[in-house]
Amino acid sequence: MELFQNMWAAMAFDNLYWGHFVMWAIALTFVYLAIKKGFEPLLLLPIAFGILLVNLPSDIMEPNQGLLWRFYHYGEEWAVIPPLIFLGIGAMTDFGPVIANPRTLLLGAGAQGGVYVTFFGALALGFSIDQAAVIGIIGGADGPTTIFLASKLAPEMMGICAVAAYSYMALVPVIQPPIMKLLTTEAQRKIRMKSLRKVSKLEKIFFPIITVIVITLVVPDAAALMGMFCFGNLLRESGVVERLSLTAQNELMNIVTIFLGISVGATMPAEVFLSPKVIGVFVLGSVAFAASTACGIGLAHLMNLFSKEKINPLIGAAGVSAVPMAARVVHKVGSEADKKNYLLMHAMGPNVAGVIGTAVAAGMFLSVLK
Amino acid sequence: MATIESPMAGKVFQILVKVGDAIAEDDEVIILEALKMENPIFAPEDGIVKEIVVKEGQQVADGDVLIVLE
Repeated sequence: MELFQNMWAAMAFDNLYWGHFVMWAIALTFVYLAIKKGFEPLLLLPIAFGILLVNLPSDIMEPNQGLLWRFYHYGEEWAVIPPLIFLGIGAMTDFGPVIANPRTLLLGAGAQGGVYVTFFGALALGFSIDQAAVIGIIGGADGPTTIFLASKLAPEMMGICAVAAYSYMALVPVIQPPIMKLLTTEAQRKIRMKSLRKVSKLEKIFFPIITVIVITLVVPDAAALMGMFCFGNLLRESGVVERLSLTAQNELMNIVTIFLGISVGATMPAEVFLSPKVIGVFVLGSVAFAASTACGIGLAHLMNLFSKEKINPLIGAAGVSAVPMAARVVHKVGSEADKKNYLLMHAMGPNVAGVIGTAVAAGMFLSVLK
Repeated sequence: MATIESPMAGKVFQILVKVGDAIAEDDEVIILEALKMENPIFAPEDGIVKEIVVKEGQQVADGDVLIVLE
């Protein structure tokens, strides 16, 4: 009998409470969404498993000893992994559409308006200034940037804000079209844009170099993200280090995604996650994302007032940095109005500019708040 | 003689017509894949397919001629 009691004591059942069961249900829901619905499975599945692991009684997130704590500490807390992801994104990104039509850089910046709207909204709702900045950056719909900023300003918000950012990335095709249709007329959606000019290899090589110089001088705190992003892009466009470029895009990206996903999931134990603030984060995050969409479209309208060559205002919505989902959505909404309107590549301009825009917005928060 | 040009950069995913086919305006002639999206390319006017310039799987740039009509 005593033996049996000892065995029972060594097991972990006593340490469970209702919150753990809720988190198991959330983890399983994410597993379901990832496998059955295909919602960002590359990230959602590791995140879901991280949530499950951290909500089992163990020392897995115990500082200085738990396995996932080490992943988290050296990967995210040290802010190593998000810049490595940016390296991969840079190696995947074709800046051709931006170089061919540099006005789209403005749209990528304009769509960050939602970030600031939400920042002040979150402040008004009683979040701390650091937390408000991280919640605002969700509006850029950029997972790695959100994690990067959270690690520097509000680590306690990292898990939930990352999940919110990735959720809105997955929900781009649901959230954006109604806003886009509300803010444009049928005739505006039918605007066809002139073919993009051909961009030379030399331009593509110089773009990341000039971009990193300018942005780092203006916003030094964006250097980690933008430095890696531009470096990755130079690997791609140089044409002489295809092996490095492919490794950054594929193997390295996949490796860090595994560490990132599972340890971000592990930042969500029941005690932290099950608080009323979490609902606030999700609501504010969606406000941020919707406002960013609206700001991008608004800026496109404004630009049309001052320029002879009209742009289709829909492409402003692609200024959020969910690449290439937002560009696809623009293309789809545009082709619903006119099936022979091909906006996809035109929307890629603001879309990749949006990645830069969100990283810069994060850098600006850092320089003011840290 | 009219041509059908690619409206954007992408990869020819599927060619839906043959040389000699009579096609009408707005018929789908080619499916172009770009950014994992399959985009139908439509005939700009009525005509007969004289020559198909591209092959399935081929990368094309914005403005490249895909099909020649007569």
